[in-house]
Amino acid sequence: MTELTGTQTAPAPSPGMRIDIIPVILFAAFAAAPLLASASGAEGYVLSLLTRVMIFGLAALSLDLILGYGALVSFGHAAFLGIGAYAVGILASHGVEDALIQIPVALAASALFALVTGAISLRTKGVYFIMITLAFAQMLFFLATSLAPYGGDDGMTLPTRSLVAGAGFLENDYAFYAATLLCLTGGYLLSRAIVTSRFGRVLRGTKENAVRMEAIGFQPFRFQLAAYVISGMMAGLAGCLMANQAEFISPAFMTWQRSGELIFMVVLGGLGSLHGAIIGAAAFLLLEEFLPELLHAGSFFLNDDVRWRLTENWQMVFGPILILIVLFARGGIMGILRRGSHG
Amino acid sequence: MTATLLLIQTLNGLQFGLILFLIAAGLTLVFGVMDFINLAHGVQYMIGAYLIAAFSAWTGGFGWGLALALPTALAFGLLLEVLIFRHLYERDHLDQVLATFGVILFLNQGVKFVWGAAPLSVPVPEILSGSVEIADGLLYPVYRLAIIAAGLLVAALLYVLVNYTRVGMLVRAGATNPQMVSALGVNIKRLFMIVFGFGAMLAGFAGAMVAPILSVQPGMGDNILILAFVVIVIGGIGSIRGAFLAALLIGLVDTIGRSFAPNLLRLVLDPSAASQTGRAIAPMLIYIFMAAVLFFRPAGLFPVKR
Repeated sequence: MTELTGTQTAPAPSPGMRIDIIPVILFAAFAAAPLLASASGAEGYVLSLLTRVMIFGLAALSLDLILGYGALVSFGHAAFLGIGAYAVGILASHGVEDALIQIPVALAASALFALVTGAISLRTKGVYFIMITLAFAQMLFFLATSLAPYGGDDGMTLPTRSLVAGAGFLENDYAFYAATLLCLTGGYLLSRAIVTSRFGRVLRGTKENAVRMEAIGFQPFRFQLAAYVISGMMAGLAGCLMANQAEFISPAFMTWQRSGELIFMVVLGGLGSLHGAIIGAAAFLLLEEFLPELLHAGSFFLNDDVRWRLTENWQMVFGPILILIVLFARGGIMGILRRGSHG
Repeated sequence: MTATLLLIQTLNGLQFGLILFLIAAGLTLVFGVMDFINLAHGVQYMIGAYLIAAFSAWTGGFGWGLALALPTALAFGLLLEVLIFRHLYERDHLDQVLATFGVILFLNQGVKFVWGAAPLSVPVPEILSGSVEIADGLLYPVYRLAIIAAGLLVAALLYVLVNYTRVGMLVRAGATNPQMVSALGVNIKRLFMIVFGFGAMLAGFAGAMVAPILSVQPGMGDNILILAFVVIVIGGIGSIRGAFLAALLIGLVDTIGRSFAPNLLRLVLDPSAASQTGRAIAPMLIYIFMAAVLFFRPAGLFPVKR
């Protein structure tokens, strides 16, 4: 009991205040990046890379909401990316190209899927929860591969990006960047509001000790299910953005490897801090983008054949980095920052 | 016509189920005894397939290749255990999922690095090539029958090993209460190593057995790993008997579902809609089956008593 009242009366200890500068810096950097991009000369490349970072940031953020605050290890979160993407793609192929219809449909579909699968999955605990969320995502994956009218295995190219109230300004990469930043900021503020609310405290309470929460009169199941639905809807929104950025949808959006990558992003950034998930997504995607080049530059002493093969198979280095981070960098990037700020 | 097709698909399903069992057996033991989620178990299967490809090409015979591939797969499993996995037993499931995910990335690329990205093929061993007539005018490849026989043999061996030997007794005890086993003076670290190496070898054996009928390629273990997880979750984690029955169920449901779902749906839908929905539903069947099992029995069909 004392622990619980302790967390209720002291939500933000003083080191937390110092950490709170980080999200401000993070979002300022995202806002300022287009200016730098236009000066860099490779603006198309920089913009699309950063847009991708923000989209995955939103997806990782949504996962952090249930993983970091509810300890629900969803190993099927990529399914929601797929739902969002296929909502956009399927509607667009039937001539409904306006985001004002596509996004509500995507959100409703994600919410429905989360509600049904969540109600079943949350009956199980621990490893069984991990596996059943995975099973549901696999179901959707195979469903998507069999949707022959919408590309089946190969996926489908979208005719255009979504319109907004009939206007096609998202075709402009700067406008799309701004829209993505808006979604990410909205998702972040919403999540922040959720975790600091009474709802969020109950959710954290169920993570620490579900039996105790039940004893003091809460039903953990309802809170976990609500969080799961909200998280699924946010990931669904990220899926809409992903389909629009690539102007392409495919079952590859929801492979189980993609779900694994999302978990990795959250853990890399640091569980349960929200902006940590965004930083983790950024670190993951930038590493993925630049590791081949770093390897190429760093292996100058090897002969050309080995060097080329090493660059080609950069995941051989990426995998061990992943293992080392898990083994040695507890708390992820936010953990390192926090330890740094304590001296 | 339908009866012979059903017979063939049942045999195929049995063969697939037994391969799944070989992989799932190691996974469920590692999971049950050590409470360790090993996503990298699928790459052990892939390594087994690559080893048989390399060794049978080198020695010129499948039998010799198998004789070399099995100890190598065992040694490789033990190496991974010593280098990485034993540092993860005390960690939570999330860390285990991530670190073993890293192992998958590394080894999938690693085999590309060593053997190239192109699929390898392994010839069917001479003695087991050809087909036999199993019913009137119905031919079935001997090699697939050999896989079924080998799978059943290993399952029987495993049954004896787990139920009637001292190591098996410790494994069963470890699945129920590892702390107590450790407190009774058993070297739990060595037990873990034995179980892990043995599981890796079984997965490698499964990979070696299917190498002649599938193409050996990077990432071939990824999807079968997920199926093996489905098997052990349905069977109840830590239960060999559960894994055996669930593996056969999954193998049969998947194989028969894929060939008969469109036909069955034709009873209620028009033919083109039936074949389309049938193709859509067939690969989802086992996951629907798993969700249904977990809905009614959240700890699987044969939960290990704790």
